[in-house]
Amino acid sequence: MEKPSLPLTIAKTFVITAISLAVVVPMLVVVSTSFASGAQIREAGGYVLFPTDPTLEAYRTIFASPLVFRSLGVSVFVTVVGTLLALFVTICMAYALSRPVLGGKFMLMAIILTLFFSPGLIPMFLMVKQLGLLNSIWSLILPGVFAGFNFIVMRSFFMGIPAELTEAARIDGASDFRILRTVVLPLSKAVIAVIGLFYAVGFWNAFFNAMLYINDQTLWPIQMILRSYVIQGTSLTADQLGVQQTPPPQSIKMAVVVVALAPIVLVYPFLQKYFSKGVITGAIKG
Amino acid sequence: MTRSTAQTGAPPGSSAESTPTSLADHAPRPPVDVGHTHHESARPHPRRPKKTLRARVRRDWQMLVLMIPGALALLLFFYIPILGNVIAFQDYQPYYAITEAPFVGLSKFAELFQDDRFLLALRNTLIYAAFQLVLFFPLPILLALIVDSMMSQRLRKAFQSIVYLPHFLSWVLVIALFQQMLGGAGLINQAMVRSGLDPIPFMTNSDTFALLIVAEVAWKDAGWGMIIFLAALASIDQSLYESAASDGAGRFRRTWHITLPGMRPVIVLLLILNLGSILTVGFEQFILQRDAVGADTAEVLDTYSYYTGVIGGDWSIGAAAGLAKGVVGTILIVLANKIAHLLGEDGIYRGRPQ
Repeated sequence: MEKPSLPLTIAKTFVITAISLAVVVPMLVVVSTSFASGAQIREAGGYVLFPTDPTLEAYRTIFASPLVFRSLGVSVFVTVVGTLLALFVTICMAYALSRPVLGGKFMLMAIILTLFFSPGLIPMFLMVKQLGLLNSIWSLILPGVFAGFNFIVMRSFFMGIPAELTEAARIDGASDFRILRTVVLPLSKAVIAVIGLFYAVGFWNAFFNAMLYINDQTLWPIQMILRSYVIQGTSLTADQLGVQQTPPPQSIKMAVVVVALAPIVLVYPFLQKYFSKGVITGAIKG
Repeated sequence: MTRSTAQTGAPPGSSAESTPTSLADHAPRPPVDVGHTHHESARPHPRRPKKTLRARVRRDWQMLVLMIPGALALLLFFYIPILGNVIAFQDYQPYYAITEAPFVGLSKFAELFQDDRFLLALRNTLIYAAFQLVLFFPLPILLALIVDSMMSQRLRKAFQSIVYLPHFLSWVLVIALFQQMLGGAGLINQAMVRSGLDPIPFMTNSDTFALLIVAEVAWKDAGWGMIIFLAALASIDQSLYESAASDGAGRFRRTWHITLPGMRPVIVLLLILNLGSILTVGFEQFILQRDAVGADTAEVLDTYSYYTGVIGGDWSIGAAAGLAKGVVGTILIVLANKIAHLLGEDGIYRGRPQ
C-alpha cells in the first residue's frame, strides 16, 4: 500500500506524542516530587520534575508512620490471601465446567448472569453484615473471590487443552482431582499467572469495599489512606506519623501516592504479554 | 503497509491462532453462549451413553465437589443478596429480621419517585451517561484506527504499553493524580499563576464537572478499550484492501467501506453493553469527588443509594433505588439487543439456537 501523506503522518505523530505525555507526565511528576527535598519543593511551588538533591526522607517518614505502615500490611494481606483464595475457587469451578458435567449448563447460566446484573449495594451491605464481616478484614476478601469474567477466561483456556490428554489420563485410571493437579495445572501456568495478576490488581485497588464495610482506621487498606490524606487533604498528625520532625506534607503525600502506585507498575510488565490472549477471549465471550 | 496478527505484544503465533474462541476466528458468531453451549459439541468429546442420575452423580462426584467453593461464593455474594432486594418492598429496619419486616408493596417506590434528591440523582446519571456515550465511546475506536495504521511495530508496542497502564490504577489513584495536576494548587494552576494568569478550579467547578468526568474516564480507559477494536481490525481480510486499492479507492474510502464495516459487530456489541450499564456511571469516581464539587453535582443513582441507605438509614428506599436501576439496566440490554437483531447484527446473545 502507498505511504501515508506527510500532513497525516505529522498529525498522527503529534496525537501519539501528546497522548503518551498525558499518561506519563503526571506519574513522573509525582514520583520526582516524592524524592525532592523540602527546600526545592518550596522553591518550585509544590512540584518538582528533576530533584537536584534526591532524598528518601518522605519514604522514611511514611514507613515509620504506624497508620501508613499498617495500611500497607492490610493491603498486602488482602491481596495475597485474596488472590490465592480467588485462584483456588476459580480454577476448581473452571475445570469442573470445562467438561460436560452434571448441572454444568445451569451453573454456567448462573455465572453468566452475574456479568449483567448486580445485586445492588444495600443488599450486599446487609449480607456482609449478616455474615458478621463488618469491620473485619475478610469483608475485603470474601466478596471478591469469584469474578465471572476471570472464570470465563480460565474456562476457555481449559477447554483449549486437547481432550486426548485428559482422556488418556482417565483411561490410565486417574481421578478428576488427579487430572486437574497433574495434567491441567502444569499446562495452564500462563493463564493462572494472568488471572492471578488480574485478581491481585483488583484486590490491591479495591477501595469501595473498604469504605462500605470498614470503619476501624487500623484496618484501612492503602487506598483509604490515599483518599483521606491525598484527595481529602486531611493532614497526618505527629502521632499518626510516629515521628517528631517531618518533611513537607507535599512530599509525604506524593510518597503515599507512589507507594500505592508502585506495585501495579512493577507487575505491569509481567501482566502485559498475556493481554491479547486472556483479555480478548474474555472480552469477546463476556 | 505491513500488518501483523500479533496485536498486543504477545509473541507472534500465540494471539489469535492459539485461542480458539478469539474474535479473529469467528467474528460473526454470537459472543456469549447463553443457554446453549457450542463448545461442548464443537470439542471432540467421546459421546457417552445417557446414564441415570445416580450413575452420573457417581461418575461426576469429584467435579461436583470442585464446584462447591464457587457455588458457595455465588450463593453468598450474588444470589442471596439479590433476594435481599425484597426489603425494597418492606418497611425494613435493622432491628427486624428480613423475614419479619412488614410488607408495604410498592409504596417505597412511590416515595422514591417523589424524592427530589432521587430525581436529581437520576437526572445527573443520565447527563453523565450521555456525555460518556457521546464523548468517550468513539475514543477507543479512533485510537485503534491510529494504532492500526502505525508503521513501526516497536513504536506501536511502546505506545500500547503506555496507554494500557492507567487501566490498572485504582480510581483513588487516578483522581489523586488528576487533583495533583488540575487541582487548585496543582501543577497546571501553579504554572498559570506564575505566568500571570488566573487559576482555574478544574476539580471543583460544577459547570464543567461532566467534562472532567469524561476526561478522567478517557485517561484511565480509552487505551484499554482499544484492545477489542484492534482485535477486530486484525481480523479484517487484507485482500479486501488490496482489491479496493486496485479499483482506485483512496485511503478514506477504504476506511469507510472496509474498515468500519469490519468493526461494526464489535461496535454494536459494545454499544449494547454500554446501554445496559448506562445507569452505572462509575460509583467510585463520583463518591471520591463528591466532597470537592458538592453533593448536588456529584449525586448519581449509586451514591444516592449509598447515602440514603447506609448513611441515612433509609434501607428500603436505598434498596428500591438500586433495584430500579438494575431492572431498568436489564430491560435496556434486552431492548438494545433486540434492536441489534433487527439491524441484522448478532448483539450479545441470540434468543434461540441457530
